[in-house]
Amino acid sequence: MTNGGAHAAPAAIVLAHVSKIYRRYSGRQFSTLKSALLSGNIVRNLRPSETFPALTDVSFAVPKGSTFGVVGRNGSGKSTALKLVAGITKPTSGTVEVHGRISALIELGAGFHPEISGRENVFINGIMLGLSKREIQKRFDEIVEFAELEDFIDAPVKTYSSGMYMRLGFSVAIHVDPDVLLVDEVLAVGDEGFTHKCLDKFGEFKRRGKTILLVTHSLSLVERFCDEAIWLDGGRKRAEGDPKRVVGAYITDVERQEEKFLASTDARAREEAGEITEKPEVGPLDAGDAAANMFEAGEGRWGSGGVEIGDVRFLNDQDEATHVFHTGEAMTLSFTATARRPVNDFVFGVGIFNAEGVCVYGTNTHIEDHIGDQLEGRAEVRLDLESLDLVEGTYKMDVAVHRVDGAPYDYHRLLYTFRVKSRVKDTGVYRPRHRWQFAGGVKFKMKI
Amino acid sequence: MWHNLAQLPRYRGLINSLVARELKARYRGSILGFFWSFVNPLMLLLIYNFVFTHLLANRTEGIQPYALFMFAGLLPWTWFSSALNESAGVLISGGNLIKKVLFPAEVLPIVAVLANMVHFFLGLPILIGFLIWFQHVPDIGDLIWFPVVVAIQLLFTTGLALLLSALTVHFRDLRDLLANLLTFWFFATPIIYPYMQFQDYKFWFDINPFTHLAISYQELLFFDGPFGHLRWLLALGGLSVVLFFIGYWVFDRLRDSFAEAV
Repeated sequence: MTNGGAHAAPAAIVLAHVSKIYRRYSGRQFSTLKSALLSGNIVRNLRPSETFPALTDVSFAVPKGSTFGVVGRNGSGKSTALKLVAGITKPTSGTVEVHGRISALIELGAGFHPEISGRENVFINGIMLGLSKREIQKRFDEIVEFAELEDFIDAPVKTYSSGMYMRLGFSVAIHVDPDVLLVDEVLAVGDEGFTHKCLDKFGEFKRRGKTILLVTHSLSLVERFCDEAIWLDGGRKRAEGDPKRVVGAYITDVERQEEKFLASTDARAREEAGEITEKPEVGPLDAGDAAANMFEAGEGRWGSGGVEIGDVRFLNDQDEATHVFHTGEAMTLSFTATARRPVNDFVFGVGIFNAEGVCVYGTNTHIEDHIGDQLEGRAEVRLDLESLDLVEGTYKMDVAVHRVDGAPYDYHRLLYTFRVKSRVKDTGVYRPRHRWQFAGGVKFKMKI
Repeated sequence: MWHNLAQLPRYRGLINSLVARELKARYRGSILGFFWSFVNPLMLLLIYNFVFTHLLANRTEGIQPYALFMFAGLLPWTWFSSALNESAGVLISGGNLIKKVLFPAEVLPIVAVLANMVHFFLGLPILIGFLIWFQHVPDIGDLIWFPVVVAIQLLFTTGLALLLSALTVHFRDLRDLLANLLTFWFFATPIIYPYMQFQDYKFWFDINPFTHLAISYQELLFFDGPFGHLRWLLALGGLSVVLFFIGYWVFDRLRDSFAEAV
């Protein structure tokens, strides 16, 4: 033990109290000399009239050889942070330090000229990225092979498809052999095969002890690939450290936002539906018709009003009201029913619909052998769903109380929204609990 | 500023390949290809030659052969005016580079000036062709000043190009203004008419920097006798150095706003 402290790897990137304020000139897209002269002050026209803080007091250090993820919503300052590290813009205050050669995968093929051939563009792009002519010569075949453009390299770049363009840009940038690689959401450029090649290349970089700064919306990529991560929110650092923890905190926050949004849509839907209205076309005497109508009508609220439904809430397993659930979690629907006069012919019913309007599930107390006997004053109803085995998506719910013959007292049609989240992107509607099992000559590798 | 200026020689390779790309891209996809760089000045020459030797023939006394006289001034003017026109828009059209790549922005106007200088050089064989055709032999001793004139024009143009390109980012209408200004400037400069025939306007000629470049070219290539305009030329050289530093200073001051304003 020398100093008794933990030995930290030297940092490749250090941001210290970095703030970036973007300026908006004159509030217009751009100013003209004419307007500057008319307003009588050229100097004032060159001064920003509005400012917008893109980053506020952000500090972090990326140790050499590590892979560092940046997550956050759109507009949270991720790309600004990357541009500052790349040196494209300068911080308004604070310092940015980078050690080693940088290559930025920000805008692929940014310097390509459409009229000249891929070959010439590779050379010019390489020189722009800091390579010498000889270095490019040496790597040329590798670059072309990686981009899978052997047959097209002498055609003008304007004849390339956008995928070819991006692949060539990516290939040049990655063959710069940087010490620090900055990646901004570029894995979406190619087909499946190319994306895998890119990830393999990143893996190779990692093994060779290069530093990678990764900005992405692919949270699973951050979790699997990064050694550390930060979460930016509104230009400020919200969390830093273990990627799993950071991503977890970020997801929780996204869900909280979603919850807020769903709660407000719900409230709006209810407000629009307003009081119970008599709908003569709905509320026929036989139940079959009622069911048919249930699938046709849009959202709203109707019925005779003899019994009123209120305070509809979704509860999680902690009995807290929420609109966001995870696949397989328990969910409780709770509501109150208030009868103006005592009634003895009543049925409580619910229906769950997915975003396409498909009825996922529907039931009522009557068909489940709870025959209504007496409803007087205020009653509380709870429906416990032990396990919400649905795939990810937004679902809407009907809640109703009606007579056995189908005539509604109070019908809340698609007024309640909840969202089911899942880490697995499976498809369909229903997600049965399941597990894969294998035996014999079959092997799998971990997906990045 | 000095730090950035010191970095400039490091971008030699980049500037070289961008100039080459500019030239290639311009002539690719056109049938006559590289010949356009000859055809364009030739067309201009043909038009002016027709006007001044047929329509306004009496005004060209003492400047015969007129085609040669005019070409000596027209060729450098074409370099100057196209370089300025191009550099005014070069930061805006190259916005992708400035916003997304770590890229020394001053390279763009410099490339515009240099690419047009190459065009100027490509036009020189035509000029030599004319000299041979008219059996006009310029003073060989004076010709050593030719590279000096070119160098001064290069410095002067680059200074203006830096200034213009940086300001155009903030004042987009400068480009429209510039096109008109250049037309005016062309006719205010003794290129299609001889300087000494209009002594009344001597003051206005003298404060026009391009006058001294045009006259220098004309004295070296067209008029007999010693290179009498040397003093003016060297004064312009001094001015060009100052202009270059002013242009670079303004460019450097506005540099950080480019990525946000283009």
